[in-house]
Amino acid sequence: MPAKLPARLCSLLLSLLLIAFALPALAGPFEDAVAKFANDDFSDTEEAVGAIASSGNKLAFPIISALQDGRLMADPDSKKVYVTGTDGKSIDAATGEAVDSVPDSASAVRLNNRLRRSVDAALGSLTLQSPDVGTRLQAAQSVFKSHEEGALEAVDAALAKETNKSVKAALGEARAAILLFKSDATEVEKLEAVAILKTRGDQEAMALLTGMGDQPASVTKAAASAISSIQSSLAVWSTVQNAWYGLSLGSVLLLAAIGLAITFGVMGVINMAHGEMVMIGAYTTFVVQEVIRTRYPGLFDYSLLIAVPLAFLVAGAIGVLIERSIIRFLYGRPLETLLATWGLSLVLQQAVRTMFGPTNREVGNPSWMSGAFELGQITITYNRLWILSFTLAVFAILLAMLRYSAIGLEMRAVTQNRRMAASMGIATSRVDALTFGLGSGIAGIAGVALSQIDNVSPNLGQSYIIDSFMVVVFGGVGNLWGTLVGAFTLGIANKFLEPVAGAVLGKIAILVLIILFIQKRPRGLFALKGRAVEA
Amino acid sequence: MTPHMLTRSLDRGATIFLLVVAALGVLIPLSNLLLPAGSFLQVQTYLVALWGKYVCYAILALAIDLIWGYCGILSLGHGAFFALGGYAMGMYLMRQIGTRGVYGNPILPDFMVFLNWQKLPWYWYGFDMFWFAALMVLFVPGLLAFCFGWLAFRSRVTGVYLSIITQAMTYALLLAFFRNDFGFGGNNGLTDFKDILGFNVQADGTRAALFALSCLALIIGFLICRAIVSSKLGKVLIAVRDAESRTRFLGYRVESYKLFVFTVSACMAGVAGALYVPQVGIINPSEFAPGNSIEAVIWVAVGGRGTLVGAALGAVVVNYAKTFFTSGVLAPYWLFMLGALFILVTLLLPKGIVGTFNAWWASSNEKRAAASVSAAAEDGVTEPKMAE
Repeated sequence: MPAKLPARLCSLLLSLLLIAFALPALAGPFEDAVAKFANDDFSDTEEAVGAIASSGNKLAFPIISALQDGRLMADPDSKKVYVTGTDGKSIDAATGEAVDSVPDSASAVRLNNRLRRSVDAALGSLTLQSPDVGTRLQAAQSVFKSHEEGALEAVDAALAKETNKSVKAALGEARAAILLFKSDATEVEKLEAVAILKTRGDQEAMALLTGMGDQPASVTKAAASAISSIQSSLAVWSTVQNAWYGLSLGSVLLLAAIGLAITFGVMGVINMAHGEMVMIGAYTTFVVQEVIRTRYPGLFDYSLLIAVPLAFLVAGAIGVLIERSIIRFLYGRPLETLLATWGLSLVLQQAVRTMFGPTNREVGNPSWMSGAFELGQITITYNRLWILSFTLAVFAILLAMLRYSAIGLEMRAVTQNRRMAASMGIATSRVDALTFGLGSGIAGIAGVALSQIDNVSPNLGQSYIIDSFMVVVFGGVGNLWGTLVGAFTLGIANKFLEPVAGAVLGKIAILVLIILFIQKRPRGLFALKGRAVEA
Repeated sequence: MTPHMLTRSLDRGATIFLLVVAALGVLIPLSNLLLPAGSFLQVQTYLVALWGKYVCYAILALAIDLIWGYCGILSLGHGAFFALGGYAMGMYLMRQIGTRGVYGNPILPDFMVFLNWQKLPWYWYGFDMFWFAALMVLFVPGLLAFCFGWLAFRSRVTGVYLSIITQAMTYALLLAFFRNDFGFGGNNGLTDFKDILGFNVQADGTRAALFALSCLALIIGFLICRAIVSSKLGKVLIAVRDAESRTRFLGYRVESYKLFVFTVSACMAGVAGALYVPQVGIINPSEFAPGNSIEAVIWVAVGGRGTLVGAALGAVVVNYAKTFFTSGVLAPYWLFMLGALFILVTLLLPKGIVGTFNAWWASSNEKRAAASVSAAAEDGVTEPKMAE
């Protein structure tokens, strides 16, 4: 290669100059390919990418990923190429030796869109054999998406060595995607590919099948049947997905409303400051996490476990305080209670705004709450799953407490017949304070959970208060089961309406439906019957 | 309304109130227009607009007092009727802009051009005519209140349930009006008004006239409310407030009475909104915020529910305080004060300023006490007993 000679000589001389005892670069195909980056020519770069990807050299991956990120520097004068690490240290791309600094004349190797695709494909096939399972899986999926013909060899090679089941399946799908688009693949290969895509059965597989272009008649026919089978399975999955989202929203609604079901449903007190109790719970979580961050960073994963009882105590104590200082003077005057507690909510919001500032505060997810897993075609995030289970647990504990504990019995007695309960020796005013504290404490616990999925700001409570009232009113006052059913019904109805009507219109439709529903059943889904109604 | 009904409905407090409002309605515009600028007695234009706003709030407070003070209906959605009236007026004002908008489209308001709409939506037809817009100011809130009330009262949704669904109603409207494709300017609402009935909305003369009109509307609204509450109808309303079931068992169609008074009240709120918009120069969805409606209720509570004069007074006092405190160094503490006001008024001053004053006046003068009791019974100043 006479043309390359001066360049190689040059690089040889320079490397001698730069690093006194460096061995001259061995002129192999890999080094040749690397030097091509310095030509500042798109087709040379493409050749270089192809050659390096198939070279099997251990530097191939760092070079190509550097090229993708714009960290591959080429010096047009010396024809030398450097990889600048993300940490700022650089190595010589051809030899892997560390260099002190990249010469000023070097500039990042340029890419265009066509090149970027081949870079992605090359990276995909390079990582197909990475020792890390996650990386391999990702690589197989990216090959599936790009379905570049050039990656077929790498996929086959990887498939032969692969032992992990899910990676193997992903590689098989990637292979199918490539074969489907490969013009010289046999009909049998293509039919197999269609069958594999049909079993994958998701949106992407369908996109590939619909966009595969001219194919033999048998393949087109198989693809058409595959598409319709995928479509029907997708419809099922989207229903499942909506149901899951609905359950998830329902659990949030239930969590926000469950404390209200106690104060409003059981005691008949309209607590407009209920949302602020939720907010206080969320801010308690924030404070707990701040303390843990600065003092005991190792405990971060336990921050929520610490925050739950604390939030219950803080919000519960504030609740008792409110009941003793305001609410107890207003029993039997529900409209006045509504106004006073609204005023209280303004005060609490402003107090939090003054103490913590008006902006959103960051509350982190512990590691066991972040991430997601796939269930069939839907993705389930751990935090939603935890919140759902947490909500149900809180509900069950509350129900058991009201049913089986002594204080629960007293609470039910006082709400059913105050005077009779007082005659039986129950300290009704103490029970009132505790009941209100319980409702507020549960709102505080709700705040801990909601801090994981919502912005922690002074307005946090405001966004839940109307929804919570709707849930309680819809479910039927004075009935915890009604609240449960109400919350999940509204959550699921909302999520099924959303794709049809859009998020905002869906919400409006729900509000209108509730207003109409209340006309039909003014006392909710599970209404109390008998004399208690008019009390 | 016969003259006899008028005179019967006015006691001394009401007469003083009407005279004060009339005097303000005449003197403030005159002082603004006739006295030289900078003179000690001249009321500056911004103050005219500000007090015009207070007067509109006073009309809204009257509307709320009519249903809450006399019929026991606590609406937490009256801001919605106010805003709907405001939007009806805003639509008229938008159509008056004509080619003077940024895009110069003779028919479409700017925001529609911006959204690439080709023609005017049907519900904007007719709003280029003042009489039509004025009719809609009454009709739209009235219709909504009628439908809503018809559904709610007939199925006997009362007390806090009603309060909560009225709040949900205004919340739903808030969400709807925030949407761009709803056709009312979305987030930004309607603004940049140029003129009303050919007069420049920014001009001093127009502002003075609008102020005088607002005072006139307050007087008329007050007279209507007085006429209603002092008539036989008003007695039934008070009966409904104090013992709804008993009134029903006596043979009155409670829901019809409630529906009537609720609709009248909504129309009044609509008028207040319509007068408010040209004076403030903008109407946007935040007027539907549930917080606004509740705040309006507290004006009534501060002034004294079931006194009418108190409601108007409360609206002015609370809003004056709001302007005073939110513009000074105390601004961060305003919400504390407002919140404390809610709590303290309900706990310590359940009759409000006027109600408490009336009670004090009655007890301080034993001779007047007997007369005051009968007058109070007639005016419904007696402490409202909440019927569940």
